Amino acid sequence: MTAQEYAFTVLAVVGSIGAVAVVTARNVVHAALYLVVTLGAVGGAYLVLAAEFVAWVQILIYVGAIVILFLFGLMLTKAPIGREALDNQQRGVAAFVAIGVLVGLVFLINDAFDLTTAQRMPAFDGDTASVGSAIFSGYVLPFEAVSFLLLAALIGAVVLARRDDSS
Amino acid sequence: MIRLPLVLVFSAVLFSAGVYGVLARRNAVLVLMSIELMLNAVTVNLVGFSSLWRNLTGQVFGLFIIAVAAAEVGIGLAIVILIFRNRETINVDEVNLLKW
Repeated sequence: MTAQEYAFTVLAVVGSIGAVAVVTARNVVHAALYLVVTLGAVGGAYLVLAAEFVAWVQILIYVGAIVILFLFGLMLTKAPIGREALDNQQRGVAAFVAIGVLVGLVFLINDAFDLTTAQRMPAFDGDTASVGSAIFSGYVLPFEAVSFLLLAALIGAVVLARRDDSS
Repeated sequence: MIRLPLVLVFSAVLFSAGVYGVLARRNAVLVLMSIELMLNAVTVNLVGFSSLWRNLTGQVFGLFIIAVAAAEVGIGLAIVILIFRNRETINVDEVNLLKW
């Protein structure tokens, strides 16, 4: 195994444990904090894959903004504690489906790429300059669509969450 | 130098955890967190394949997914807070007005 594979494996194990903790935690605030661990590990995995801009955007947007939004959402709604309050009665079926999805996906990945004998990918340096010129040359139209979507989401969130005085 | 299946298996684990969370959780904010896990799994796949094919398209669309996820969380939490204001609960199995 190469050094990158060791680093990626460590990050993947930390991220997977965090992900399982997010969906099994009995305290909603703990779940949000485990989400920080998982998102940080995924950001580190992007760095190992040499996708530096995606990694820092992941840290900034996910850990810096989205988790804070989640914590505000938990603060504004009464957050109960305990397994019965947070989980429904279909935990067994849900675990069965999730393990089925995992086994199916690993089987398909093994079928397509062969887990043990797959070639190592040579390092691909997707630095920020080339990502930026790709976004603003070939992908300008989707970029504008995303900015329009963000504007619509901003207006929609304000309209939804604001208290209606007339009624 | 890294093998692609390692990346894909990590993504599969994240996705399965998200599936379990969406199916097993009652609290709407926790369901939204599980959806974030699944979106992250997709982005990990896109970055991994971007590295395999030596093409930046995967990373660009990974960034777009992060932007869409931010918009989705903003709208989703606005809806959750609205439901909480009207119903005093955010348990998804008690909000069944549109269920037939």
